[in-house]
Amino acid sequence: MSAPKSEVVTLRINGRVVTVPEGTSVAAALGTGDALVSRADLSGRPRGPLCGMGVCFECRATVDGVPEVLTCLVPCREGQEVVTDA
Amino acid sequence: MREACDLVVVGAGPGGLAAACHAAEAGLSVLVLDPQSQPGGQVWRGEARKRENRLARRWLDRFAASGARFRPGARVVAAPEPGLLLVEEGTSSLAVRYGRAVLATGARERFLPFPGWTLPGVLGVSGLQVLVKDGLPVRGKRVVLAGTGPLLLAAAATLHRHGAEVLFIAEQAPAARHWGFALQLWRHPGKLLQGAALAASLVGIPTATDAWVVAAEGEARVERVRLSVRGHEETLPCDYLGAAYGLVPNLELAKLLGCEVASGAVVVDERLETRVKGVHAVGELLGIGGVDQALVTGELVGHVAAGKPVPTGLERSWRAVRTFADQLARHDAPREELRRLATPETLVCRCEDVPLQALDGCRDLREARLYARLGMGACQGRTCGAAAEVLFGWTGEDVRPPCLPARIGSLRLPSPPPHTRAS
Repeated sequence: MSAPKSEVVTLRINGRVVTVPEGTSVAAALGTGDALVSRADLSGRPRGPLCGMGVCFECRATVDGVPEVLTCLVPCREGQEVVTDA
Repeated sequence: MREACDLVVVGAGPGGLAAACHAAEAGLSVLVLDPQSQPGGQVWRGEARKRENRLARRWLDRFAASGARFRPGARVVAAPEPGLLLVEEGTSSLAVRYGRAVLATGARERFLPFPGWTLPGVLGVSGLQVLVKDGLPVRGKRVVLAGTGPLLLAAAATLHRHGAEVLFIAEQAPAARHWGFALQLWRHPGKLLQGAALAASLVGIPTATDAWVVAAEGEARVERVRLSVRGHEETLPCDYLGAAYGLVPNLELAKLLGCEVASGAVVVDERLETRVKGVHAVGELLGIGGVDQALVTGELVGHVAAGKPVPTGLERSWRAVRTFADQLARHDAPREELRRLATPETLVCRCEDVPLQALDGCRDLREARLYARLGMGACQGRTCGAAAEVLFGWTGEDVRPPCLPARIGSLRLPSPPPHTRAS
């Protein structure tokens, strides 16, 4: 019935190599580290995704050189470079 | 880039898909726009790939075969004239000319500020559920959920299934209201089955009514949560907290197009046409009603768009789902205590970092925007706007273009079409 879930993709988050199942969103992949963090607020304190639905803009990060990408709307791709500012 | 279509559908959740299917099957050219990479909306998120939910599979397969075109990653940013939408797709722009429009933009969670709600690891209830469905690893993680209504249980079931240790479910509704609502579910057999299936998977998770989050605490991330449980305070160490209080419709596009909004919902006639001719609204935009309402209203408007008579069964079903929606709204209404959780230092606007004390003396949303920058950041008040309504009774202002942060190029009008319109 369900498709095999053996396929994985490998990306880099702040230089850290991360391997996740295919279909994982970039926002979800951020949570493979110590804390689910995507950006810093105006005082430099860490923030992470809130709504998961492209509404709150908390999950924005730089993806493949494009700044301010809503990572909860973007699937992980092979070789992707993700940079958070926190 | 440019596109033209008979019917543009904004939002590829169940409501949008049902409308698109009926219209496309009747031979209309249909274009469906959605910010996500796959159709399905929030409720069927990931189903295009996973194919676990039978109802979702049926509609997604039907949609794929319908002839409707789907544009993923598409966000409407402006509507400079009737029949024209300006859309951003990643780093490129698209102008869509349409004859008729169906707005199916769905809903988001209602967030209410409490101390610590900006810590990493504090998400919405459905927000956390969505991230887990999208691959956030939670096996062995300790999770507390706080909110209201059936979504709370749905999130708990998902988290439990993915191996999280759900420590506690805090339902804000008072016991009498909550159980009264639960009894009403007997009238809605589909909902009851869903509820029973959920309850079965939740065995062993402590749940309390009259319970809510007082504060989240931690250094660089949430480490523990303080709860008020039937008048007593409890502290639970945790890795994630999901906290949100029901849903509110995504009204920005409807407002941008000039549709009338009353009591937090788009005003429509029996054909689900808004006060703007040729623009229809379905699903959560009519008042939070869930998948059933989305499908019924989507099908209904699909018939209208296709010029077919609306089956009487559909109109009857809509009345039934409205009854459920009204009960849900009464159940989910945030209790008084939730309005008083924020301290003077607690941020209300998370984009511009506006604390509660900065709003002292502001009389309405306009003043709060002008003097304190509430709602002036990236999300344009989508999060703090709904909170301000509960906290201060301020209702949303008109939406001005662009309704989302956009590139300058996305706001450029396309060159006029080669043919001139008959006057």
